Amino acid sequence: MNYWRLLDLAAPEAILVVAVLAVLLTDLTALRGMDLRLRLRIGALVAGAGCLAALGWLLLMPGASNPLDAMLVVDPLTRLVKAGILVLALFAVLLTLDSDFTNHVGEYYAVLLLATVGMMLLASSSDLLMIFLSLELASLSLYVLTAFNKSSVAATEAALKYFLFGGVAAAFTLFGLSLLYGIAGSTSLADVARVAGERAILVVTSDSGVTTRSIDPLLIAAIVMTVVGFGFKVAVVPFHLWAPDTYQGAPIPAAAFIASGSKLASFFVFAKVMLIGFAGAEGSGAWLAMRPGWVAVMAILAAASMLWGNLAAMAQRRVRRLLAYSAIAHSGYMLLAVMTHGPEAMASLLYYAFTYGLTALGAFAVVSVVQGPSSDECLADFAGLSRRAPVISLCMLVFLLSLAGIPPLAGFFGKFYLFSAALRGGALLSQNLWLVILAIGMSTVSLYYYLQVLKQIFIVEPTPSPSSQPVPVATQTLLVVLAAAVVVLGGAPGLLLHPLLNALTQAGW
Amino acid sequence: MLAWTIYLTFLGVAAQALVPRDQARAARVVALLSALAGLGIALAAVLRAPDGQFQTVINVPWIDALGIHYFLGADGISLVLVLLTGIAAVAGILFSWNVEHRPREFFALYLALVAGVYGVFLSFDLFLFFVFYELAIIPKYFLIAIWGSTRREYGAMKLALYSFLGSGMVLVGLLAALVLSGEKTTNLFLLAKHPFPQSFQMWAFPLTFLGFAILAGLWPFHTWAPTGHVAAPTAASMLLAGVVMKLGAYGCLRVAMTVFPHGLDPWGFAVLGLGSWREVFALLAVIGIVYGAMVALVQSDFKFVIGYSSVSHMGLVLLGLVTLQATGMSGAVLQMYSHGIIAGLLFAVVGRMVYERAHTRDLSQLEGMGLGRVLPFAAITFAIASVASMGLPGFSGFVAELHVLLGAGQAFPGLAIAAGVGIVIGVAFILRALQKAFFGEPGPAAETAHPAGGLAACGPISRPERLGAVLLITASLVVGLYPRCLLDLIASALATPLFAELLKGGLR
Repeated sequence: MNYWRLLDLAAPEAILVVAVLAVLLTDLTALRGMDLRLRLRIGALVAGAGCLAALGWLLLMPGASNPLDAMLVVDPLTRLVKAGILVLALFAVLLTLDSDFTNHVGEYYAVLLLATVGMMLLASSSDLLMIFLSLELASLSLYVLTAFNKSSVAATEAALKYFLFGGVAAAFTLFGLSLLYGIAGSTSLADVARVAGERAILVVTSDSGVTTRSIDPLLIAAIVMTVVGFGFKVAVVPFHLWAPDTYQGAPIPAAAFIASGSKLASFFVFAKVMLIGFAGAEGSGAWLAMRPGWVAVMAILAAASMLWGNLAAMAQRRVRRLLAYSAIAHSGYMLLAVMTHGPEAMASLLYYAFTYGLTALGAFAVVSVVQGPSSDECLADFAGLSRRAPVISLCMLVFLLSLAGIPPLAGFFGKFYLFSAALRGGALLSQNLWLVILAIGMSTVSLYYYLQVLKQIFIVEPTPSPSSQPVPVATQTLLVVLAAAVVVLGGAPGLLLHPLLNALTQAGW
Repeated sequence: MLAWTIYLTFLGVAAQALVPRDQARAARVVALLSALAGLGIALAAVLRAPDGQFQTVINVPWIDALGIHYFLGADGISLVLVLLTGIAAVAGILFSWNVEHRPREFFALYLALVAGVYGVFLSFDLFLFFVFYELAIIPKYFLIAIWGSTRREYGAMKLALYSFLGSGMVLVGLLAALVLSGEKTTNLFLLAKHPFPQSFQMWAFPLTFLGFAILAGLWPFHTWAPTGHVAAPTAASMLLAGVVMKLGAYGCLRVAMTVFPHGLDPWGFAVLGLGSWREVFALLAVIGIVYGAMVALVQSDFKFVIGYSSVSHMGLVLLGLVTLQATGMSGAVLQMYSHGIIAGLLFAVVGRMVYERAHTRDLSQLEGMGLGRVLPFAAITFAIASVASMGLPGFSGFVAELHVLLGAGQAFPGLAIAAGVGIVIGVAFILRALQKAFFGEPGPAAETAHPAGGLAACGPISRPERLGAVLLITASLVVGLYPRCLLDLIASALATPLFAELLKGGLR
C-alpha cells in the first residue's frame, strides 16, 4: 500500500491533526496576550472547523474503503461511528465557549482533538496493536483534559485517580492482548479468532451426543484481562471507581466528552474485540445455567453495573456524581448488546451509545450553567431553576427523562430496541431474559433519582437568589439543539437506524 | 378524524407556551377550547358510529427496523373511553377555573396527560400504545407534586414509581412476545392472532395483566391510588380516578387478555382452591371491592373516602373483565365509563366545592359546619353523585354493576355474592360521608372555629363549577336512562374476532 492511499483512507484523522496544529499555532502566535474570551472563541472556531471538515469528508466523500486490512478498516460502519464521534466532539468543543477554567486555550483544544483522533482510530482498527495504541492516545489525552483546571484540587485528584486506574487497566489490556497474540501468532482480530478457535477451544462430543466446549485456561486468562481493560474504559462495576470523581472533578466539557465520545468509541471496539476476537468462547450467561466464557463474565458485570449504578445514584447529593452513577448503570444496559451477536444488537448498541452521548452532553451543559464559577454544585443549586431559566430547564427535562427512558425520547427507543435485540439474540429468550428483567426493573429505580433532580428544578421554590439565571447564548443554543436532537431521534429513530443497518449489512455483520 | 383528539390536545399544550405569563384567564380559555374540541370530536365519532366495528383512523409505517406502525383506530370500546376522556377533560378544566399558581404550566401538563390518554385508547400498535401509556406518567407526577395538597411529593412519587413499575412489567411481557412471535410487527391484531406457546402465555399473561392492573388499582397493589388521589389537585384527581385508572383496565382487556388469551386457561391443578390465573385475579378483584368499601367506611378524611371507593369500584371492572363472557365484559367497560364520570363528580365536590371553601376535609370538622345549608348546590350535587355511585337505577352505575354481577354470577357464583356485599357496604360509606359532610348538626364550637360567615365569604358555587357538575350528571343520567347508546357499541366491539378467543374461553 502506498502512502498516498493511506493518507486518503485516514483523511478525516489527518484533517483533525492539521486542525490540532492550526489551533496551537493561532493561539500561541496571533492571539498571544489577547482577551481570554476571544481566544476561546477563535480556538473553538478553528477546532470546530476541523471537526466539521473531517465530518464533511466522512459523509460526503465517496467510499474509499479497505475492509480487508485490519490495521485501518475503512468501511461504511466505521465511517458512521467516526462521524458519531466527531459530532460528539464538536458539541464538546462548543461547550467550552463560555468556560474560564484555563488560560491554555490552544493546548486545551489540541488535546481535545487529539483525544478525538485516538477515538476515531480506535473505531477503525481491527488489529490488536492498533487498538492498544489508539486506546492509549485517547486515554492519555483524556487524562490531560481531566487535569486541565490546575487551580482546582478536585480536578487534580480526579485526574490522578483516572490516570492511576487507567494505567493499571491499560496494563491489563496489554497483557490480555499479548496473551491473545501468544495463542494466535497474529494481531489481526479475525486471525486471532480463527486460530484461537482451532487451538484453544476444545469441542468434545460425548457418547450421548452432548457437545461441550472446553476453553484453554490461557484463553480464559486473556478474556479476563481484556474485559478488565475495556471494562475500565466503559466504567462498569467493579472497574468504575474513577468515574464519579472524574465526572465531578474534571472541567465540564472534558467530563462530558469522557461520558459521550469516549463511551461510543470504547463500546464499539469492545464489542468488536469480544464478538470477533473471542468468537467461539462465549459460554453462556443464562440464569442459573452459566457456562464459562466471556458472555458469562459480561452478564455478571452487566448485572452488577445496573444494580450498583442505580442504587448508588439514589444516594448522591451532587448532580455530576449522580450522572456518573447513572452512566455506570447505562453501561450495564449497553453490555447487554455487547453480549449479543448480530447486526441488530450492534445497531442498537451504537444507537444507544450515540443518543446517550447526546443526552449526557446536554445534561453536563446544564450543570455547567447552574454551577457557574464555583466548581461545587449540589442538588439544592437547581432549586426553582424553571422559574429562573425556563428554556434550559425544559432541556434538562428532556435529557433526564430520556435517560430514564420515557417515550417519545431517544432514550426510550434506545432501551426498547436494545432490550428487544438482546432478547432476540438468545435462543428462545432464555439467555438474556433475566438481565432484561433486571434492567427494566432498575429503570424504575432510575426514574426515582432523575425525578429528584427534576423536583428541584420544577417544584421546589427558588431560594432567594438572583431572580433570573444568566444563561450564555451559545450554551443555550447548544442545549436547544441537543434537546431537539434527542426528541427527533426518539420520534423518528429511523433517521439513525436506517443508515446504521445499511452500513452494518455492507460491513458484513 | 378521531386522531385529531390527540393532535388538538397537544396543540393546546403548545398553545400554552404562547399565552403571556400570568394571564391565568387566557390559559384557562385556551385549555377549555382545546378540551371542548376533543370532546366534540369524540361525541361526533360516537354518534356517527352506529355499530362498534373496528375502524382504522390512520396506519402508516413508522419505524421500519422493527416493523412499527403509527396505527390509530377505534372500535366501540375505544369510542366509549374516548368519550369518557373528553367529558372528564372538560369537566376537569371547569373545576380548576380557580388555579392561579403557575396556570400555564398547570394546563399544559393537564392537557399533555389528556392527550396521552386519548392516544392510549386509540392505539392499535403495541409500541405506539406503550409510548402513549408512559407519556401519561410524567404529567401526573408534576400535577400532583406542584399543585397538590396533603403529602403531595410522597403521593406523586409513589404514583410515578408504581406506574413506571407496572409499565416495566408490561414492557417485559411485550418484548418477550415480540421476540417470540418472530415477526417484525407490533400490530395488535397480528400479535393477537399469533399462537404463542401455552407455557409462555402462562407467565407472560399474569405479568402483563398485573402490570396494567397496578394502574387499575388491583388489590393489593392499589396503595398508590388513595394517596395519589388525595394528594392531587381537584382536576388531577378527577382525571386520575376518572380516566387514568381506566388506562390500566383498558390495557388489561385490550393487550394482556387478547395477546395472551390462553394465559387464562386452567393450570390443571389447584392451589388453595384456585385453578387458574383468571380465578386468582377474580379473587383479588373481589377482595378489592370489599376491602376498598370497608376501608372507605372508616376514613375520617373526606377525600380518602372517595379514594378508597375508587379502589372498590375498579375492582368491579376487573371482576367483569375476567368473567370472560359478553355480559360481564361489557358491564366492565360500561363500569369504566360510569366510574369515570361519577368518581370525577365526587372528587369535584370534595376537592373543589368543599375543600377550597372549608379548608378542611376532616369529616368530623365538616360535620359541625352545616355545609348543607351554606352550600346547597354542593350538597345536592353530592347527593346525586352518591345515588349514582351506589348504583341506583337511572344512573349509569346501575346498568354497569348489574351487568358485571350477572356475568360474575355465571362465572364465579360465590365471588359474585361477595361482590354484592361489597356494593352494599358501598351504600353505607357513601351515605355516611353524605350525612357527616353535609347534614351534620352545626355545633357551637365549630361555629366559632369556622364561622359560617367565613365559608360564605369564599363565595357561592361559581358558574364553571355548576356547568361541570351538570355536564357530569347529564353524562351519567343519559347512559343510565338509555344504556343501549353505549352498550351496543361495546357489545359489537366484543363480538369482533379480536375477542373471539377470549369469549370462547368463557363458555368452556
